[in-house]
Formats: sequence, C-alpha cells, structure tokens
Amino acid sequence: MSALEVLRPGTQSLLQDAGRRGWQHLGLSPAGPLDLHAAAWANHLLGNPWGTPLLEVCMGDLQLRAELDTWVAVCGADLPIERDGEPLRNWSRFPLHAGQTLRLGFARSGVRAYLAVAGGFVTQPVLGSVACQLREGLGGLDGCGQALRAGDRLRCKAAVLTGTASVPWPYVPDYRCPALLRVIVGGDAVEFVEDELQGFFERDWQVAEADRMGVRLLGEPMQAPRRQWSQGVADGAIQLPPDGQPIILMADRQTMGGYPLIGWLHPLDHARLAQCPTRHRLRFTPVSLGDAQAELREFYHFFGKP
Amino acid sequence: MIHLEPAGAEALLLVLAEKPDAALPPRIAWLAERVRQALGERVVDLVPGMTSLLIHYDLLRCDQQSLATRLTPLLEEWMALQAVTAAQARLHELPVCYDGDDLLAVAQACRLTVDEVIRLHAAGDYQVAAIGFAPGFAYLGELDPRLALPRRATPRLRVPAGSLAIAERQTAIYPQASPGGWHLLGRCPLRLFDAAQTPPSPLAVGDRVRFLAIDAGDFERLAESS
Repeated sequence: MSALEVLRPGTQSLLQDAGRRGWQHLGLSPAGPLDLHAAAWANHLLGNPWGTPLLEVCMGDLQLRAELDTWVAVCGADLPIERDGEPLRNWSRFPLHAGQTLRLGFARSGVRAYLAVAGGFVTQPVLGSVACQLREGLGGLDGCGQALRAGDRLRCKAAVLTGTASVPWPYVPDYRCPALLRVIVGGDAVEFVEDELQGFFERDWQVAEADRMGVRLLGEPMQAPRRQWSQGVADGAIQLPPDGQPIILMADRQTMGGYPLIGWLHPLDHARLAQCPTRHRLRFTPVSLGDAQAELREFYHFFGKP
Repeated sequence: MIHLEPAGAEALLLVLAEKPDAALPPRIAWLAERVRQALGERVVDLVPGMTSLLIHYDLLRCDQQSLATRLTPLLEEWMALQAVTAAQARLHELPVCYDGDDLLAVAQACRLTVDEVIRLHAAGDYQVAAIGFAPGFAYLGELDPRLALPRRATPRLRVPAGSLAIAERQTAIYPQASPGGWHLLGRCPLRLFDAAQTPPSPLAVGDRVRFLAIDAGDFERLAESS
C-alpha cells in the first residue's frame, strides 16, 4: 500500500484513534488524542468516521512526502504549514499529490496539532486500537508503542475530494488566552475544608509539568483530606497529592489511584488543557454534571460517534 | 453505606465497603461480571478497586438514572451474597527463581536469613487484590508480616520484566520493564502480559496465586518455552 513517507518525525508524533477501550481492568490506559476537539475536526473535515487513525504531532517539526494523491487536514496547535514551500491554513483540508512534501513547523501557540488523511492511516491495531501508548509499549505503527521515526511509512489509500473546507471560525480556539476550565465537582470534594475548595476556584494556577499521562499544576498549595483506598479513576480526575499541587489525569493515565479527588475536568475542556504549555495560566469554574453531559452528547452526535 | 456516585461525566463509582478485606476481591470480581452481563454495550470499562467498582459507561447508550435502575437489583444480590468460596477462585502456580538483587538486603532488614525470606515468601497463599499501575500488574496480598518493608527510598529507573518484588504487605511480578520502588526477590520466567494472547494477562482480581521455587536451570528452560 502507498504511504506518506516520514522525512522528519517531529518532537513526538503519535498515531491515535478513539483509544483502547475495554482493557482498563488489566491496567491499560485508554490513550487516544489529548485534544479531542481538534482531532475530531481534522477527521470531520475529510469525511472520516469518528476515531479514524490520525497523527498527534506534539510541538510540530514534522515533514512528510506523499507517494500518492490524497487529501490531508491539519487542526490544533497554530504552526506554519507548507506544501512544497507554499503556505497553507490550519483548521482546513487540502490536497497533497504524489511527490509533494508537507512540512509542519514549530508550534507558535498551542502544543499539539492533528494531521488526518482521507480514509485514515492504516496499521494493525493492538487490543482493538492503534493508539500509541509509549509507557505501555502498545500501538503505533509497529504495535510496540514507538513514536514516529524518520523513514517510517504511514500507509493510506489514494483519495479524491471536491474542494477545500475549513472549520468555522467560532470553533477555532485562541490558545494564547489564559484557559478557563470547567470542573464537575465531586469525588472527595465534600471532605475538603470549605475554604480550600473555594480557593481552588478563586486562585490562579499554572501548568508546572504536562505530558500525555497528566498535568501537574502549580499554585498556592491546597490542604488535602486523607488518602482513599485505591480505586478506579476516570479521565480528567483532579487528584490532590500530599504536596497540595493538583494533578489532572489525561488520556495515558493510570487506571487506579488513591489520592483524594476534587472532581473531574469537563470532558470537552481536556482539549483546551492539552494545548497549554508549561507555565500557561489556568483558572477553574464549576459546571453541573447534567450540563457537561448534555454538551458532551451534542458533541458526540455532531461528530458521529457510534 | 453501599452507594453509587458519579465519577465525572462518563463513569459511576459503586462504593461497596468502608475498608479492604480478604473476602472483597472475589466478591467484587463476581459483581463486575454480573454488571458486565446486565449492562452489555452500555459498559465501556470496569475497574475493580480495593473497596469499589468503577463503571465507565457509554453516554450515548444510557444515562445515570437508567444505570442506577439496572444496578439496584444487582447491589441487592451483592448484599445477600455472603462470600464467594475459595473453590470458585482460580489458582495460578507461578514458578519463581529466588535470586533477586535485594534478597540479601531484605533478609538483613527483616533480621532473617535469605533461606527464611524465600521460605516465608514461597509459603504464602496470595490473592489478586487489584490490577493497575501497569498492564497486568497484579497487587497480591497478603504478604507475611515478617517480610513487610516500606518501599525503597529511591525507586529504580528500570526494573526488568518478570521481576518478583515486595513492598509493605504486598507482592507482585512486574509484567513489563518499568520504573519501580519495590524490593526485588527473584524472577518469574512466564510472560504475565502479552497483547497477542487472549486474555493478555492470566491474572484477574480475586484469583489465587502460589509461587513455586525453581533453580536457574529451570528458569532458562521455562523462559525459552514461554
């Protein structure tokens, strides 16, 4: 099968799909794209079904050469995109012909760009998913959890689409703004001293450290109630370890945890957090479970989640 | 006391007990199986915890209210269920070569001889209390109190796959190479996580585990054939 040949792999480019579902009881994280909003739009622009395998390109610096005529869409982090030197717009789709080179430069704002190809990248799934999990050594092109390397071939099918298309501007985020993230309060929140919880929403926070497993925040330390017995954890869980600096669990998270929980990030706000570099400013605001679920259902319906 | 609580927008936590005990893992495994049958496609993932069961559900196929309605009779069954008998739990016998890097240090810290450490560890009848941390990593309890030690002050950056280790009142085998802070007692030649196998990990919550001491020669032979 023809492919896009990897000339430069970028800082960390990973194959992702809808994630590895149904294996958390064996300790496998769900994986999948950190920014579901940008990933879903990239596939949607090409008419790909929900969860079609695409590339998550962290920080940019990716270069691919096409062996076939196809269409590509790039969404997410704001980075220069060039096709044989000709600049192209982010959050849109465009044709890529055999022999042409596509280059993504370094991200100017945001962290992760999503590159989808018409019909998706084709490789053998591991436990139902191609999602590349580096820590577990699962998924990706070779099935062993390797990030993209120079010389890799991203197999895909030739495709012809009619006309370009872009994401409507209200759906294109500005990643330079401070992020306001919504939180479903719960878990051990009732165990917190009232002022502590209020403080969490009133204070400014910063991203101290971020990877695909989680985001550690930096701010005035909070006082944690006592540890819980180890229990299953969900995406976006906001844990409070003894040092009082919250950690938000992301797609490559562990499946269980024992730290007290403040609540969970609104599932649609993971997308915004995934685009925050180190030291980016964050604030939090409460959202009701019902509102979060209604909005999430609408998102799933729009993008045709099965 | 037993109750359901939301765990974010797409999960529900069943809180089943105040604190862990040895009777819980097989009962929670039993409940997880019943939940899986009763909810079918509505369930995405089930994660047994020490005192709980987390249900990751499909928001497009159900809502919290309909789940609660389906779960109520199961929880009533759970409360009536006294114990899942030991005969129902699967028994795994895992060969282990006791030649770990920390064997001597553990013996010294516990004021035992190396032979006593091996004898006490191999005499244990263990139960899978939980699976987490890494794919197929099973927390086995309870370790003989005479072997209980806190985790290493500085974790190792890389513990080889198959390492048998102890910490506090628990023991485990690292299915994959990973960082780790437990004390290494030996090596198991069997693969405890293999994505190509069905199931990928032989151990499940509630299963029983015993260790069989083998020598280095047996280890090589078994490692080759597994």
